Amino acid sequence: MGNTSSMLTQYDIEEVQVHCNHTFSQQEIVSLYQRFCQLDRSNGGFISADEFLSVPEFAVNPLSQRLLRMLYGLNFKEFVAFLSAFSPRASLHQKIEFIFKVYDSDSNGKVTFNDMLDVLRDLTGHFISEQDREQVLTDVLEEAGYTKDSLIVLADFVKVLGNSDLKLEVEVPVD
Amino acid sequence: MKLFSLSSKKRIKPPKPESESKRQPHQQISLSNDVVDSDKAKTTTTTTTMTSPRKLKSSSSELDLDRPNIEDYLPSGSFHEPRGKLRLRDLLDISPTLTEAAGAIVDDSFTRCFKSNPPEPWNWNIYLFPLWCCGVVFRYFILFPVRVLVLTIGWIIFLSSFIPVHLLLKGHDKLRKKLERCLVELICSFFVASWTGVVKYHGPRPSMRPKQVFVANHTSMIDFIILEQMTAFAVIMQKHPGWVGLLQSTILESVGCIWFNRSESKDREIVAKKLRDHVLGTDNNPLLIFPEGTCVNNHYTVMFKKGAFELGCTVCPVAIKYNKIFVDAFWNSRKQSFTTHLLQLMTSWAVVCDVWYLEPQTLKPGETPIEFAERVRDIISIRAGLKKVPWDGYLKYSRPSPKHRERKQQCFAEYVLQRLEEK
Repeated sequence: MGNTSSMLTQYDIEEVQVHCNHTFSQQEIVSLYQRFCQLDRSNGGFISADEFLSVPEFAVNPLSQRLLRMLYGLNFKEFVAFLSAFSPRASLHQKIEFIFKVYDSDSNGKVTFNDMLDVLRDLTGHFISEQDREQVLTDVLEEAGYTKDSLIVLADFVKVLGNSDLKLEVEVPVD
Repeated sequence: MKLFSLSSKKRIKPPKPESESKRQPHQQISLSNDVVDSDKAKTTTTTTTMTSPRKLKSSSSELDLDRPNIEDYLPSGSFHEPRGKLRLRDLLDISPTLTEAAGAIVDDSFTRCFKSNPPEPWNWNIYLFPLWCCGVVFRYFILFPVRVLVLTIGWIIFLSSFIPVHLLLKGHDKLRKKLERCLVELICSFFVASWTGVVKYHGPRPSMRPKQVFVANHTSMIDFIILEQMTAFAVIMQKHPGWVGLLQSTILESVGCIWFNRSESKDREIVAKKLRDHVLGTDNNPLLIFPEGTCVNNHYTVMFKKGAFELGCTVCPVAIKYNKIFVDAFWNSRKQSFTTHLLQLMTSWAVVCDVWYLEPQTLKPGETPIEFAERVRDIISIRAGLKKVPWDGYLKYSRPSPKHRERKQQCFAEYVLQRLEEK
């Protein structure tokens, strides 16, 4: 912690910026780096699951386990790339792609009925019974012109979410 | 989430998961925030029309006052306003939850409470650097030895009078108590002098009377020393290891301090009982409690434990604010031992701080201890210029209960089921 930010040179910052398609400003990257070092208490160069869960606001999130799998072992560069979808500068397509990745657990580019069911289970817990959950999902899928067996690809996600007012934005505090 | 946060008002209890039933009793001591609740309920009148979702597994509603409603404070992304039938888009769009998660990764209020902020270095150019070096030499090679000497003299005076008083005056309890009190105040003054403490006390000095308890915000163990040099308080503290523990069990015991072990739940009941007994005694030293239960960096206040507020006594708030121009008085117990913390203070120029003894407060009719605790926290936070966060300081040692996540899940489940009924 502390003065670690001074360890990032202009060159490093630019490299990270290129890696995340310039979705974050230099200042924001410095800020994210400080945060990264703060969370990485063991100085392992990545943030462990335990360290992420020490943030109570993250730990109570219904999707935290799923996100942890995506965050596993990311170094700083990849960490920034992960967060880039949340930048106000990221395109709608980037944001939808991120959501798609959250669903696509085996990252084969296809989201199955079970993938969607898993996320829905994370979000609703035991407050909806398993049968109801399946029923609800089948209904809405059919209504949108898919079936239980359809494999949904990124293009479908863009079609479904493309014209909604998606709000996937996080402000990086810069001092 | 405007619409759904009201559900915390009804507080439908989900079936208890395993971990819940095994929870230690101490975790239940925490605040909730019903004031916020009722406010929200007012603004969300639409929800009264909400038909009970068809197959909610939970049922028994109960006002669960003991738990904090974290989600009242948490950034609450909204799952769109309910309009029309549920569509695929509504299920696929998980952006509010993701935004919350990313927001917590980027910045969160809990970690901020325990972040030590090193003072801005001012020795950054060629003119200032030699000056700074002189300062270092002076602080470490002149000031520090002098302070060690002062402290040693203090200890010699203290011990050479405390031991005889303690052993010889066994028959004269009143006189012995009085002398011991003075001596503890004395040694604390020596401690304060050893960091050149510049402490300004505002407001009337605490007096000894039954049925009152002092509560203060907590930044470091030196809070206690600073308050103790004016008035011999009896304090509730965690049992520490090492030399601090030794002092606790010998000297501080004599001013009526009470110790507990954070990890032992059995201790809780014993301490609660001791507390009640202590408060009733007319002759006892005034009781001082740090209701946060952990050291916070003097920019924030974490939740107040309700224990101090349900004794049925007058609560006298004490606000302590440190000035960080010379040294950060926050004791980050994870990073440094108390000895290193003291050395850090003793090698700095001075410890500057303000102490306010504030207006005594009593439980208003119809107020729960938790609301009372919140009210007192408000008073202290405003006076000392601290920001309030909803977290229980004990989260430093444990994970938040699964309950908070379940509440979020419940919100979403209700939302889905409700939308399903609309055509």
